[in-house]
Amino acid sequence: MTVLAEGGRRPGIDRDAWVMRAGVAGIALALFLAILLPLWSILSKSFEDRSGAFVGLANYVRFFATPSLADSILNSLFVAGMTTLLVVPLAFVYAYALTRTCVPGKKLLAGIALVPILSPSMLPAIALVYLFGNQGMIRGLLLGETIYGPIGIVMGQVFYCFPHAVLILTTALSLADARLYEAAQSLGTNRRRVFFTVTLPSAKYGLASASFVVFTLVMTDFGIPVVIGGRFNVLATDVYKQVMGQQNFQMGAVVAVILVIPALASFVVDRLVQRRQVALLGARSVPLIPQPQAGRDRAMLAFCAAVGFVILGILGTAIFASLVKLWPYNLSLGFANYIFDDYDADGWRSYWNSLKMAAATAIIGTAVVFTGAYLVEKGKGAGRQVVHLMAMVPLAVPGLVLGLAYVFFFNAPGNPLGFLYGTMALLVICTIAHFYTVAHLTATTALKQLDPEFEAVSASLQVPFWRTFLKVTVPVCLPAIINIAIYLFVNAMTTVSAVIFIYTAQTKLASVAIVNMNDSGAIAAAAAMAVVVTATSATVKLAETLVSGVLLRRTQRWRAR
Amino acid sequence: MKNTGKGLVATGVALSVLLGAGLSAAAAKTQLTVYTALENEQLRPYKVAFEKANPDVEIVWVRDSTGVITARLLAEKSNPKADVIMGVAVTSLILFENEGMIEPYAVKGADALRPAFRDAKNPPAWIGMDAYMSAVCYNTVEGQKKNIPQPTSWADLLKPVYRGQVVMPNPASSGTGFLSVSGWLQSKGEAEGWKYMDGLHQNIAVYTHSGSAPCVQAARGEYVVGISFEYRASQEKTKGAPIEVILPSEGVGWDLEASAIHKGTKNLEAAKKLLDWTATKEANTLFNNYFGVVAYPGVSKEVPNYPKDAEAKMIKNDFAFSAKNREAILAEWTKRYDGKSAPKAK
Repeated sequence: MTVLAEGGRRPGIDRDAWVMRAGVAGIALALFLAILLPLWSILSKSFEDRSGAFVGLANYVRFFATPSLADSILNSLFVAGMTTLLVVPLAFVYAYALTRTCVPGKKLLAGIALVPILSPSMLPAIALVYLFGNQGMIRGLLLGETIYGPIGIVMGQVFYCFPHAVLILTTALSLADARLYEAAQSLGTNRRRVFFTVTLPSAKYGLASASFVVFTLVMTDFGIPVVIGGRFNVLATDVYKQVMGQQNFQMGAVVAVILVIPALASFVVDRLVQRRQVALLGARSVPLIPQPQAGRDRAMLAFCAAVGFVILGILGTAIFASLVKLWPYNLSLGFANYIFDDYDADGWRSYWNSLKMAAATAIIGTAVVFTGAYLVEKGKGAGRQVVHLMAMVPLAVPGLVLGLAYVFFFNAPGNPLGFLYGTMALLVICTIAHFYTVAHLTATTALKQLDPEFEAVSASLQVPFWRTFLKVTVPVCLPAIINIAIYLFVNAMTTVSAVIFIYTAQTKLASVAIVNMNDSGAIAAAAAMAVVVTATSATVKLAETLVSGVLLRRTQRWRAR
Repeated sequence: MKNTGKGLVATGVALSVLLGAGLSAAAAKTQLTVYTALENEQLRPYKVAFEKANPDVEIVWVRDSTGVITARLLAEKSNPKADVIMGVAVTSLILFENEGMIEPYAVKGADALRPAFRDAKNPPAWIGMDAYMSAVCYNTVEGQKKNIPQPTSWADLLKPVYRGQVVMPNPASSGTGFLSVSGWLQSKGEAEGWKYMDGLHQNIAVYTHSGSAPCVQAARGEYVVGISFEYRASQEKTKGAPIEVILPSEGVGWDLEASAIHKGTKNLEAAKKLLDWTATKEANTLFNNYFGVVAYPGVSKEVPNYPKDAEAKMIKNDFAFSAKNREAILAEWTKRYDGKSAPKAK
């Protein structure tokens, strides 16, 4: 018996290991081609002068001699730190309410939290001006301070980053082993202590990821500060000035390199935290079902309602902005601003392009990201760390740097991948690469909570790992997989900074049209297109909730006892 | 993973085939890829008129703001996609010329155009279409409310009554901002120019990153005075915003919207046709629907809400000065005014 089992298992393991290694190598190659090589093609310019000759660190020396640089660095750190400190606790409480309490209307609350991610970043920027600008409806709340500066940036970023953090923290908090809580209860531990010794530590990885993601998002985003930052310079606007204002790719690359540093630092922290993270969901785990607690649930509902009110208020302001004839002098309402042909040569066509691009990004991207994360978490081979490191990079790269990198790399003469340049496919690849990190982290967080025993058991049963992957891992992680697909879809609908360099006449996107219309003074039409994009993503999200409700009942039944 | 990798490539191939099929449907015509910073509303009329005159050529626009389109053209330098660059600031075209990206071409009929609107070199690198210039937008409603008078000169804007009420584009981010700065330095001389900006800085509320934003903000009453350019200003006024469009009495900096052929184009003949077309009276009549001062002499229909005497207000402009000193001017400007420090309240 024993001998047979031994003899029979070996080929299976060899085959599994071989396929896994090939898979890891494949994903590593894909990331290398879609992320690292393009980035190198622009970052290497930080060591060159305008004619392309190697100048060593001369650009860096020049950049650090710029008097306003210290301001930019401090300002960037300030708004990023401030936003992180505000967003992560807010998002944690919100996610906690959604996963660990019995507040009513959880689906609705979860949906509202997603609204900012469904909206192009121009939407909060426009809404904030209508609310707090010098003609703003409630500008008095700023007590005489101006919205054009750090206050505006932080408000915009908090709105924009909130769903990112909620998404990660909901994933982190949704898987919990009820046995730990039962043990605590039978030992008579009070709730406070349970929270600090069980709940918080189990969400440690999620908290670290959320902070890392929010901090870096703020560091690299230039959309909000460019529109509402006033004279408050941050590093991302410095890149914008160098690249868009002065076409100085070399100095732009220098700032981009400096922006990557905080992300690398967070990567190290991320690894340290993760080393101590243990699997939360063993094969013997019992899923936690939140029990009603009237007082806590009421407080949580009040909190969520307040957050939801702010989010919907900003969305409502944007809808109002899209209907007003001439702000603030003629407030009559109408749908004239939705006739996009009057404001943009492509009219509605760019909207349909966006829809196609987002659908392709969601489908292809989810498959690649989840498979990649699975191989990193459960696979074998030295390539795994490399894949994980590469997956962390895109978050640290400002979109416009990634976009330019794609031009330099894919349009280089002699690049065998050059046939992709100017196609919709390249927009899809670029968008997947751009949003790879958060999708990867979401998948990793979900996978990390699955006990490796599943793989061990299937290996000993001689089941090839890909069957375990398809029959166990994918169904168990279905909520996370759906989240990733939605995340990629909505970001593809709203992304601007990277794709603005690689769209063509045939593939112009709605998000690009929004920026162009806003810039040419058609702010109401820009708001209108932003509202249409938001409504589209919201509809997709709603449809998904209905469909996946059925799916989840089937695949997640095991969680119930 | 291998499958998804293949899937990616397959999707890529499928998508490019689809796109290719779409393109070949109109294969009888030469497709001319034209990179442009023209305003959205101008694209269709220009395309229709040109294609009517040249039925064998079809224009495919790639349109974005001057900053984006210039950055993109430079980034694509080693493997260009554009056949023609049309309606882009001449200062950008000079930059491309210095990078060796321009195919010089002597446009047919260029002799008929105003001398300032053509490249003096032989053969010329670019051909001008129309001029655009710095302009001041003044919001009459807010001005009245706050008791701030309408300015008529650049010097007016130094008065304390305008403190915190003036917006202008950051020249390091925006070509329109640089237009104003270079205009002041050229018309007042360098020392006086910087002195003027020192004073103006005291009254500036915000330096924006977009060249249109100051006028749009003035039109919406965010600030009383916005320094921007005349096209955006007259457009905002036509839309009904309560603004006056002012060309300050001392004269204004200006730039040309111009066109050039991209070196290495596979459609050189069609590209030449487009450039020739831009020099025709018919084309200039179209440009004149939006701009008061165009390349063809005598084409000067009045544009709605366009400032009077635009041509007289244009300073003697040296494009070479702007191009050569741009980097140094921006470095000096950034040192003096950029950054966190708001002007000290005195």
